[in-house]
Amino acid sequence: MGMATESQFHVLAVDDSLIDRKLIERLLKTSSYQVTTVDSGSKALEFLGLQEYDPSNPNTPSVSPNINQEVEVNLIITDYCMPGMTGYDLLKKIKESSSLRNIPVVIMSSENVPSRISRCLEEGAEEFFLKPVRLSDVNRLKPHMMKAKCKDQKQEKPEEDSEKPDQLLSQQQEEEQQQQQQQQQPNNNKRKSMEEGLSPDRTRPRYSGLTVV
Amino acid sequence: MALARLRADLENLVQSMYKEGVLDNQFAQIQALQDESNPKFVVEVVTLFCDDAGRILRELTNHLSQSDVDHYKLDAYVHQLKGSSSSIGAHRVKLACADFRQASDNKNKDRFQEALDRIKCEYYLLRSKFQTLVELEQRISACETNQQLQNAMYGGGSTQRF
Repeated sequence: MGMATESQFHVLAVDDSLIDRKLIERLLKTSSYQVTTVDSGSKALEFLGLQEYDPSNPNTPSVSPNINQEVEVNLIITDYCMPGMTGYDLLKKIKESSSLRNIPVVIMSSENVPSRISRCLEEGAEEFFLKPVRLSDVNRLKPHMMKAKCKDQKQEKPEEDSEKPDQLLSQQQEEEQQQQQQQQQPNNNKRKSMEEGLSPDRTRPRYSGLTVV
Repeated sequence: MALARLRADLENLVQSMYKEGVLDNQFAQIQALQDESNPKFVVEVVTLFCDDAGRILRELTNHLSQSDVDHYKLDAYVHQLKGSSSSIGAHRVKLACADFRQASDNKNKDRFQEALDRIKCEYYLLRSKFQTLVELEQRISACETNQQLQNAMYGGGSTQRF
């Protein structure tokens, strides 16, 4: 696997809704990530290299860890409510897999159910985003990908990289500070529900290129 | 002047939709994602939404007309529609979907029908405005392309035709 520092992060987005896939893809591309979208958990597992996953038999052992996986995935963002395999099921499968468990996973949901949120976080999800997902949410993804990359590098070259992790850490800290400034809600690590009481007059939409002559 | 006028019309349309609560702030997020590299993003998303919503409403009508109503299926469809309305900023459609789901908790068929009619009503209202919006966007796009061609021919925007 390449050690190129200039390569983009690659995000796998999973959602059964076509509109939400389009939206998340655009949000991610705007943030300069490479994006792959799939419409189900089983397709996601297939893409990740767990090709022999059989949805009707959840106990099928996962096979072919990285052999067929040509593209590295740095983060998986998945909807919670999907027919067949839910986002939670997908999360579990990923965390149970020795080859995939280090990939950070983020869950999205249109419903604010505290027990659902805590279940996902307990299972190892990094974040839980309430839909509709916004650019400010996508801005929170980078530290998770950086951290995972740093972990991978440490595992590959334990001696040479003794300095690098520190550099990456301080970069992370900078990112986190930036994000805290950008964040609209001060004590919010996971997005809680917001009343949709935003007055449309307050935030005038701006079309790029809209100039009144 | 045609381009400026079109843009003003579009802006006015969108503002009126905000004022009436037909759209909420999420739509602004969608507009913000449109740029030179994705000049048709709004039209694409709006079109996707309308196709999807149309399909769901047909299914809902179908299922509700059956003697043995499958509540689970109904709820699943409305959940989908609520999700996509929320994602595009279709505020009133989203609220109507939430009402439907409340009616479904009571399993009252009359209330279902009422709630479904309301969803349709809000959706058709939105769709009609979206159609105007799409037309305006397309005319603006055509105008801009035209202007770019003219600039290319006459050189760097030195002659601006109004």
